[in-house]
Amino acid sequence: MTGFKETYGRKPKLAVWKFASCDGCQLSLLDCEDELLALTGEVEIAYFLEASRATVKGPYDVSLVEGSVTTPHDAERIKKVRKVSKTLITIGACATAGGVQALRNFADVTDFTRVVYAHPEFIKTLATSTPISEHVFVDFELRGCPINKMQLVEVINAFLNGRKPVTPSHSVCLECKKQGNVCVMVAGGKPCLGPVTQAGCGAICPAFARGCFGCFGPMELPNASSLMGWWKKHLGATDDEVIRALRTFNAGAEVFRKEGEAHGN
Amino acid sequence: MQGYRLEPSGLEQVFEKLKSQSYEIIGPKLKDDAIVYDRLTRVKDLPIGLTDEQGPGYYRLKKRNDDAYFGYVLGPQSVKHYLHPPVFSLWQAKRTEDGFAIPKERESAPRYAFIGVRACELNAILIQDKVFLDSDYQDPVYLERRKNAFILAVNCTQAAPTCFCSSLGTGPKVEAGFDLLLTELINETEHYFVLETGSEKGQVFVKDVNLPAASEAELEAAQNRVKATEEQISKKLPTEGIKDLLYASYEHPHWDEIAERCLSCGNCTMVCPTCFCTTVDDVTSLTGDTAERVRRWDSCFTSDFSYIHGGSVRPSSKSRYRQWMTHKLASWQDQFGSLGCVGCGRCISWCPVGIDITAELEVFRQERGQSESN
Repeated sequence: MTGFKETYGRKPKLAVWKFASCDGCQLSLLDCEDELLALTGEVEIAYFLEASRATVKGPYDVSLVEGSVTTPHDAERIKKVRKVSKTLITIGACATAGGVQALRNFADVTDFTRVVYAHPEFIKTLATSTPISEHVFVDFELRGCPINKMQLVEVINAFLNGRKPVTPSHSVCLECKKQGNVCVMVAGGKPCLGPVTQAGCGAICPAFARGCFGCFGPMELPNASSLMGWWKKHLGATDDEVIRALRTFNAGAEVFRKEGEAHGN
Repeated sequence: MQGYRLEPSGLEQVFEKLKSQSYEIIGPKLKDDAIVYDRLTRVKDLPIGLTDEQGPGYYRLKKRNDDAYFGYVLGPQSVKHYLHPPVFSLWQAKRTEDGFAIPKERESAPRYAFIGVRACELNAILIQDKVFLDSDYQDPVYLERRKNAFILAVNCTQAAPTCFCSSLGTGPKVEAGFDLLLTELINETEHYFVLETGSEKGQVFVKDVNLPAASEAELEAAQNRVKATEEQISKKLPTEGIKDLLYASYEHPHWDEIAERCLSCGNCTMVCPTCFCTTVDDVTSLTGDTAERVRRWDSCFTSDFSYIHGGSVRPSSKSRYRQWMTHKLASWQDQFGSLGCVGCGRCISWCPVGIDITAELEVFRQERGQSESN
């Protein structure tokens, strides 16, 4: 295991790219506070428009990509980003699952453009919002809406030190149980997506007695149909409530999409 | 049987004495919507007048019509949280001029006094003793905590529909492994405890508290109370031939049926008081100058758990549930000489979709019985 600096004798060049997104995940990088100074000591922030207009030309050793692809222009731009990036890491639910804007995938996008824009004929948008991995090869996907800043530091840290990042793909339930959170579903009868959602947020919502909203998307091996069956049979959830729970930030994630469709439209 | 009579007001004295012996008191406490094990500072922290209702995937707190201190059955946590911490830093290394160094200083282990430990949980501790201590390689984290621990057990005065300790000989009566034991008795006129000692530590503790001996009638009332609890237990897990049954059911189609319901979320393993699996994470500082190995609870329901070169050995929830149940009830016997289940029923209550290990076992047993009689 050798670090980047030992191998190349210089700091790696980092770029941050934005596609269709709210900027929240990029902000997590600036939000690193305690770690930010240490981070700038270890990487050269070469391209990060949210933080500075000053940019350094590529190629880049590592690119963080936020957002989904929703326009023909972006579908081309992501290819260019891939070309100038040795390692490409997507950050957040938009980049990994299409984001909340993937709700358009369940409807006709022209219905929206007609309502929103005075001259929808000028709007060049795609019918779908798709994750980056549908367009180019992605080296690592970091989940979350927004991402957890400590996980972001961990992923960059692992990259710098040539090791595997510690970002478990198991359920949120394990985080709850390790922290001693009381199960909101079993003890409170509240619908919770935790049993089918990937950990990483630190089980924030259940820690405050709220059901999990599924911000980190499906865990590995999720059984959404069993969970939704239980919601309906034992927690009194309606089809509409099931669909709405599954169609948020990770609406486009295959498991959530399919399960939602199984309960109507 | 010998015992003492302890008034509810005397509990405070017990707490004070434990504190004076620099114990950190861990006991039942109300948190959100459940009774959990937490740090207690005074008797009032106990869940006085509260009880629980449990069923598959179901737990609700209820008010009792008395002021019982231990009038609940079991919460989601066991003392495993404290004896075998969920996350623990094993060691750290710092880069030096000519390599690296591992700082040796360790914090001394906490001295826990556990209050309210039930018979099933005591038996779970005895099982974890075998796992962690009964081999050439003892787990030092568990060992120091276990060695320091003071255990004030409580006899169950009621059972939940999820309890099946009586099938496994692990309860509801507390038999061994405790320092002090309380049985709480409440009738129309009185509210008191019968206190028994179970170790030298317990005897020494009681000696200078100066308690009156319990009368014959009081001792009998305590015994009857536990007997009545045992009669309340309706759930059964017949153990006869259980190992052969599970080993013979390896390819049974019922595992597929369970997998349709199982979420692979791992809750059952987290709440199980005997499940002990962990993994380690190696983390570094950004500069790479320090490295740390952190141990955390893992579960046989995760993909990473059985991940080896080329992929996960148990990629399906069928294979994961089968592994868990077969280990608990069959291969645990080959490995540690007992079942890995104490009948506490937590895996039933805290499964988000209410999978009941006793009901699933019954399916295998029924079908095997039928095929044998044909």
